[in-house]
Amino acid sequence: MLALETVVVTLVFLFLLFCLRLYVVLKSGAKYKPGSKGSVSVLVAVGSGGHTTEILRLLGSLSSAYSPRYYVLAQTDRMSEDKIHAFESSREQGDSEFSVFRIPRSREVHQSWSSSVLSTVNALCYSVPLVFRLKPDLILCNGPGTCVPLCLVGLLLGVLGLKQVVLVYVESLCRVQSLSLTGRILYPLTHYFFVQWAALRDKYPKAIFLGRIV
Amino acid sequence: MKTVFVTVGTTSFDELIEAIISPAAVEVLKDRGYERLVLQVGRGTVFPTSKTCSHITLETFRYKDSIAEDIKNAHLIISHAGAGSCLEALSAGKPLLVVVNDKLMNNHQLELAKQLHSDSHLLYCTCSTLTATLRTMNLSILQPFLLGQPQNFANFLDKALGVK
Repeated sequence: MLALETVVVTLVFLFLLFCLRLYVVLKSGAKYKPGSKGSVSVLVAVGSGGHTTEILRLLGSLSSAYSPRYYVLAQTDRMSEDKIHAFESSREQGDSEFSVFRIPRSREVHQSWSSSVLSTVNALCYSVPLVFRLKPDLILCNGPGTCVPLCLVGLLLGVLGLKQVVLVYVESLCRVQSLSLTGRILYPLTHYFFVQWAALRDKYPKAIFLGRIV
Repeated sequence: MKTVFVTVGTTSFDELIEAIISPAAVEVLKDRGYERLVLQVGRGTVFPTSKTCSHITLETFRYKDSIAEDIKNAHLIISHAGAGSCLEALSAGKPLLVVVNDKLMNNHQLELAKQLHSDSHLLYCTCSTLTATLRTMNLSILQPFLLGQPQNFANFLDKALGVK
């Protein structure tokens, strides 16, 4: 039984080490200033419909220092790519360094819990090589399920000491009284979490409230 | 022509379409000076034509790539509680009446419509109270809706990330 005990102890040790690393990554990410090196590469998690409109409004306000921009969409999203291209062409000349990637959708609307876990794990498997390759300075997301695997892998990059990634989440304007499911999952796991209505700021003290920003 | 534009987004909202083309509702609209009714019916099964509703100039369609023109040409917008539809109408500065679909469960989109109503940016009713609301509504109490300020987000982030 010695071998089994060794395995269990090792696993517990690794788990505790992981938790410690995660804590360090969350704390240090809030102080990390990637802007001091000049440019900040951004991975943008793109949902569909209103989410796309909102995230492009946010990106529209960011300066050319936020470049290159890596857009990650769900495979089944038909409309967002056109909106992204239109947005990028409207930016100033010389400031259109961007690429578009696709991963499986984490969850369809009304999808059951049990199958959502499976599809999120599937999306995670695609997210790992993508985010590991891109190593963005910043991950920006605003609610669709696509955010979750991307943010988790961003944190993993930090935990493994490969890259410090700042996670920024902006809850949708539609969320006035309650957070979305993605919001509730990512609230403890992001460095900057924005809400757009005062009721949410009161409920979620860690959240940043600047009023309506989209 | 004073126009009312009705939109249900990508949903199906037959009750609203039926309510707005009902003789009582059409009569109220005409009393208030509206002469044209444009219906965007989405996935709905009810598709009124000038044959089914002959008392007012009627135009019906399911979807368009953009409803910006229809919004621009409208004097009153009647919409389901979808955030995209509401925000598009409000950003165009048009008076907006939101009709809540009480058949939809756990409709979190209601949160935004309720908040915008309590901030006096839009009026609010159900299909059963639609005609009464149209009769008594006072559009002058509506407050202009100002778009959000993404620049505040950018300034905050620049500072937090040390971007010059």
